[in-house]
Amino acid sequence: MSTSRLPRLLGLLALLAVACALPFALSNFRLFQFSQVYIYAIAILGLNMLTGYNGQFSLGHGAFYAVGAYVSAIMMDRWNVAYGWTIPVAGVLCLIIGFLFGLPALRLEGLYLALATFSLALAVPQILKYFEHWTGGSQGIVLTKPSAPFGLRLTPDQWLYFVTLAVLVLLFWLGANLLKGRVGRAIVAIRDNHIAAEAMGIDTALYKSLVFGVSAAYTGVAGALSASVIAFVAPDSFNVFLSVTLLIGSVIGGLASISGAVFGALFIQFVPNWAQDISKAAPWAIFGIFLIAFMYLMPFGIAGGIRRLWIRVAGAPVQGEGRGVSSPAHTTTRMEESS
Amino acid sequence: MRRCGHLFTIALALAAAVLGPVPVGAQTTVGVSATEIKIGNTNPYSGPASAYGTIGKAIGAYFKKVNDEGGVNGRKINYISYDDGYSPPKTVEMVRKLVEQDQVAALFQTLGTPPNSAIHKYVNQQKVPHLFVATGATKWNDSQNFPWTMGFQPNYQTEGRVYAAHLLKNHPSAKIGILYQNDDYGKDYLKGFEDGLGEAGRKMIVLKQSYEVTDPTIDSQIVNLKNSGATVFFNVTIPKFAVQAIKKTHDIGWKPVHYLNNVSSSLATVLKPAGLEASKDLITALYMKEVTDPQWRNDKGFTEWVAFMKKYYPEGALDDQSNAYGYNAAILMVQVLKQCGNDLSRENIMRQAANLKNVELPLLLPGVKVNTSPTDFAPIEQEQLAKFNGEKWEVFGELFDAFRKH
Repeated sequence: MSTSRLPRLLGLLALLAVACALPFALSNFRLFQFSQVYIYAIAILGLNMLTGYNGQFSLGHGAFYAVGAYVSAIMMDRWNVAYGWTIPVAGVLCLIIGFLFGLPALRLEGLYLALATFSLALAVPQILKYFEHWTGGSQGIVLTKPSAPFGLRLTPDQWLYFVTLAVLVLLFWLGANLLKGRVGRAIVAIRDNHIAAEAMGIDTALYKSLVFGVSAAYTGVAGALSASVIAFVAPDSFNVFLSVTLLIGSVIGGLASISGAVFGALFIQFVPNWAQDISKAAPWAIFGIFLIAFMYLMPFGIAGGIRRLWIRVAGAPVQGEGRGVSSPAHTTTRMEESS
Repeated sequence: MRRCGHLFTIALALAAAVLGPVPVGAQTTVGVSATEIKIGNTNPYSGPASAYGTIGKAIGAYFKKVNDEGGVNGRKINYISYDDGYSPPKTVEMVRKLVEQDQVAALFQTLGTPPNSAIHKYVNQQKVPHLFVATGATKWNDSQNFPWTMGFQPNYQTEGRVYAAHLLKNHPSAKIGILYQNDDYGKDYLKGFEDGLGEAGRKMIVLKQSYEVTDPTIDSQIVNLKNSGATVFFNVTIPKFAVQAIKKTHDIGWKPVHYLNNVSSSLATVLKPAGLEASKDLITALYMKEVTDPQWRNDKGFTEWVAFMKKYYPEGALDDQSNAYGYNAAILMVQVLKQCGNDLSRENIMRQAANLKNVELPLLLPGVKVNTSPTDFAPIEQEQLAKFNGEKWEVFGELFDAFRKH
C-alpha cells in the first residue's frame, strides 16, 4: 500500500509546488484566469460528487453558485465582513439549502431530477432581482477586490490566486477522504444499485440528501470565491448557461473522478476562448466540435483518457484514484441506463 | 510591437523637441504604433442579448471603411472585439485580456449595464479610456469619481423628464396612468418622469402598473389603467409589450394622450405590427433618425449609411436601428482619434473625448449635437418630441436639452 502511495504523493507535491510557483512566472491576467479555473474546479468537484459518484443529475448547480456568490457579496457589501469569513458561511448556507432541496428531490430520478434542478437555475436569477433591496437588482453589487494582508508584497491577483488554491487543496483533500472511505463506497453503491445498497443497510434517503447538500456546499464556496475574484455580482452572471457549463466541465473532465474536476475546469475556462480565436463568426460551433471530439476520443472524460493511456504505457492498472469505485466503463453504462 | 511604439514615441518626442516645447507630465501611450492604434470592445455575440451583437459588427465594419480610406492620421484602427455573452464575469476576463494582454489604447462601446458595471472600477484603476459605453444607465456621467468612463446616448431618466415637461405644459390637469417594466430600465424612466413632474405634479398619477419581462401579456394592466380614469398613458415597455399595449389600448376604445418610450419607437418592429391606425398620435422622444421611417429616405446621412451597409456590412439588417447606432458611435470614436492628432496617449484620448464641441453625426436628428466637457461626460443629451401621424414620426417643438435644465 505505502509503496504505491509514495510516488503518487510525490507527484501531487510536485504539482502543488508548480502551482505555488506560477504566480511568480505568469502575468496577473493569467493568474486571474487560473484562479477562475480553481473556482470552477471546486464547483465541478461538487457537481461530480452528485452526478458522477451518486448518479443524481443536476442542471441547476449554477443556482448554488449564485447563492454562494450573493451571500458573500451581501455580507461584504452590507456588513463589511471580511471576504475570508464569507466563504465558510456561503458553504454552510448552501449545504443547508442543498440538503433541503435534496429531500423532495428523492422522489425524482434521472431526467426528472435534471429538469427539477434546471428550474432552480431558471428561477434564481429572477428571484435575485426580486430582493432588490439586498441584491441590488439587475445592477448587481460592485465589490472591492481584496488585497494581500500582513503587508505581503503580492498583487491582488497573486493573493487571490493563493487563496483560491488553498481552498481548492483543502476541499479536494476533504473530498478525496470522503469519497474514498466508507461513505464514498455507500454513495457509489447507491448509484450502482440502490435496492442492493438499501439491502446492505445503507440509508439511501439520508445519503442522497447529504450528497446533495455537500455538493451544493462545494459549489457555493466556489461562488463565494468568484465574488471576490470578479469583484462584482449580478443576476446576468448566473444565467442558465452557467449550470450547463458546469455539467459540461464535469462530463468532459471525467465523471466519478477527482482529478477530472481540474481537467474539466481547464476545459470550460480555456476552450471557449480558443474557439473564439479560431472563428469569430461561429465560436460556439467550434466549441461544439471540440466537445464532440473530446467525447468521442475520451468517452470517460479527460481523467479517464489519461488513466487509460497510463495503463497502456505502464502495462498495469494503476492504484490510487478510483479505488473503491467501480470502473469508469461501468460508470458510463450506469449513466446511460438511468437516463 | 510595443518596442515599435516606444521607438515611435521617442522619435516623436525628439521631433517635438526640435520643433517646439514638449508637453510636460507623465503620459502613457499604450497600444499605439506608427501604423496602428488598438481599440478594444466587448459585445454579446452569443447569449440572451445577442440581438445587440450587431452593434459590435457595425462598428467593426465602419472601422474597416476608415482603414480602407487610409486610417486616421495615417494609422489604421486595429479593432479587437470579444464576445462576452452579456455575462459580467466573462466581460471582466475579456476586458482584462484587452487591457493586459492585447494592450489596447482604449476601450470603446462595451455593451450592457451589468457588463460595464463589472469593469467600471477596474478600468478606472488602470486608467484606460472607457469611451461611449453602450448603455442607457445614468451612472456613466460621473467624471468626478470615474474620470476614465464616458457614456454615449441620452439616458432613460433624461427622456422621462422630457415627457414630464411636455405634459406639465400641455395637459396640466391630466390624470396619469403608467405601465413600466419592473427592472432598472423601467424604474429609471419612472424616476426621470416623476422627478420631472415634481412634488405637485406627482399627484396627477392615478395608477402605476408594472409587468415582468417574462409575462406573456399585459392586457389586464391596460384594462386597469383605462378603468382608473387616466387621461394620459406613459408607456414604458420594450417592443414586444409595446405592440400589445398599443393594440389593446386601441381595441378597448381607450383614447389617452399616449407617451411611448423611445426604446419602442421603431416602425418596423413596433408600430407596424401594432397597426398604423392604432399607433396614430403616439408621442415619443427621439435623438436618432429612425431608419425605418420613410421621411429619411432621401436624407444624406441615411443614404450614406445605406451605401456603407451594402458595401461593408451586407449581412446586417437595414431595418435594425442598432446598426445605425453602432455607425454613429464609430464615427464619434474616429472624431476623437482625429482630434488627438499624433498624441495618442491615454490621457490625451480622454482629454479629447471630453472636448467634443457641437459634433454632428449623420444619423442623429437634425440639430442634435454631441457636446462634452471635463465635467460633462454625457455626449448626447438632446432629444426632440415627435408625434406619429399614421405614416411617420413628425418632430415638433424645440430640442429638449437636459444639460441646460429646462
